[in-house]
Amino acid sequence: MNRLIQLLFFGLVVKPLVLIVLGLNIRGKKFLPAKGPAVIVANHNSHLDTMVLMSLFPLFKMHKVRPVAAADYFLKNKFMAWFSLKIIGIIPLERSGTVDKSRLFDDCHEALNRQEILVLFPEGSRGEPDKMSALKKGVFHLIKDQAGVSVTPVVMHGLGYALPKGEGLLVPVNVDVIIGQPIGEHENAASFVNETAEVFNELKQHCITKQS
Amino acid sequence: MFDLSDPVNVTMLMVLGFLVVAHVTSLVLVKLNKIQSPEELLLRLKSWWWIIGLLFLSIVSGVTTSIVLFGFISFLALKEFLSIVPTRQSDRRVIFWAYLTIPAQYYLVAINWYGMFVIFIPVYAFLILSVRMVLTGKNSGFIHSVGVLHWGMMLTVYSVSHVACLLVLPLADATVTGFGLMLFLIMMTQLNDVCQYLFGKLLGRRKIIPAVSPNKTWAGFIGGLASVTALAGLVGPILTPMDLQFSLMAGFIIGVSGFFGDVTISSVKRDLKIKDSGQLLPGHGGILDRIDSLMFTAPLFFHFVRYFYT
Repeated sequence: MNRLIQLLFFGLVVKPLVLIVLGLNIRGKKFLPAKGPAVIVANHNSHLDTMVLMSLFPLFKMHKVRPVAAADYFLKNKFMAWFSLKIIGIIPLERSGTVDKSRLFDDCHEALNRQEILVLFPEGSRGEPDKMSALKKGVFHLIKDQAGVSVTPVVMHGLGYALPKGEGLLVPVNVDVIIGQPIGEHENAASFVNETAEVFNELKQHCITKQS
Repeated sequence: MFDLSDPVNVTMLMVLGFLVVAHVTSLVLVKLNKIQSPEELLLRLKSWWWIIGLLFLSIVSGVTTSIVLFGFISFLALKEFLSIVPTRQSDRRVIFWAYLTIPAQYYLVAINWYGMFVIFIPVYAFLILSVRMVLTGKNSGFIHSVGVLHWGMMLTVYSVSHVACLLVLPLADATVTGFGLMLFLIMMTQLNDVCQYLFGKLLGRRKIIPAVSPNKTWAGFIGGLASVTALAGLVGPILTPMDLQFSLMAGFIIGVSGFFGDVTISSVKRDLKIKDSGQLLPGHGGILDRIDSLMFTAPLFFHFVRYFYT
């Protein structure tokens, strides 16, 4: 039943919304991982980020794409928890520090073992529209013991204008989605974060939309 | 329903036939490896099928559907314009109002309230949106934003709505319909683009405005203008209430203004340092890349017809 609601939600709401109300300029679609285990890292300015990233995948793969999202925010109440977990299919992540560090990514690792594609926003939260916050190191620790998991960087531009944090009114604009080559392997978290930030900056140059 | 004595229907069938021939020819040339970038050509053709398919379907469905289609085209064009031209984060709510002018403007077309249709955006939207922007309280960048928004609305909503308004013109000659005028305008505008491109490729040497558009040559411009004027003389008397002489004049107006519409959007893109305005129509670019000429030809052709034939 939930699977059916998910298909209907993405087929009749999300995809039309993303394609008609927004409209995408996509570059580098060939770099998008076709199957898991894989990780997508993207910049984060809007709730629509997740919707746009998921809409890049065909409907029949939708349940395999799993956004990793803050448990404290998305599991706030019963309805939101059902919607986030069952319809969007998020993997909740505990931000409060109450969970032991070694167990923090257990759900993510299980998902990767099931050949799923994780979506992560290393900025941690949506922040100011189209300003990049300092990247967090979680992604490095998540994948460091996972052999053969690719990390694909995606930069989006425009969603911080369409629906920024704290706004309820959606303003239609075209959105750039620039997908880059997978990020290589790294010895330590600092160099991984540095390369990710560099790649994000480089991909940003390809955006054609100019809303501030 | 599909009456073959109606020249509009015959024209649509001929265009579809032409598209089939063009598609088959392209496929053969691609098979023979005669094309440099075959993928691009096939994408372009596919987009043409979509454009022509949607347009003809809406024509067959009637006036209201066609008005809605052009309202939707205005929406896509305004959205694309406001995506590539920078505005401030604080302009979001004003821009939302700008989108609302689209249903209003096309509703005015549908109820055929000409007096309001022709001033709604140049007068009322012009004043009200300026006031709305003042109320955001952000002074820095105000002139830029208020100018961008109005110019964008004039091009993508006001100009484009004139195509739809052709459908409700009370023509003096009751034997022809607005669809004939619309088809004539769109066909001549697109053929002008194609002919200017072809003549430019074949004979073009001296550039007209190299700083804006290095591909625009005198040979292309004159060749395109001459062919479209001639074609208009051929098609106009069949599809529209215009006689030979006025059809030639309409073709001439479309040829000249189409050229300027094209280079105006080129100028916008040059300023922004982008090649295409979007990816809506694979092989063509964005919707602005496709309707650039039409945004200039539509209001001029509309008033030409309105002055002489209503």
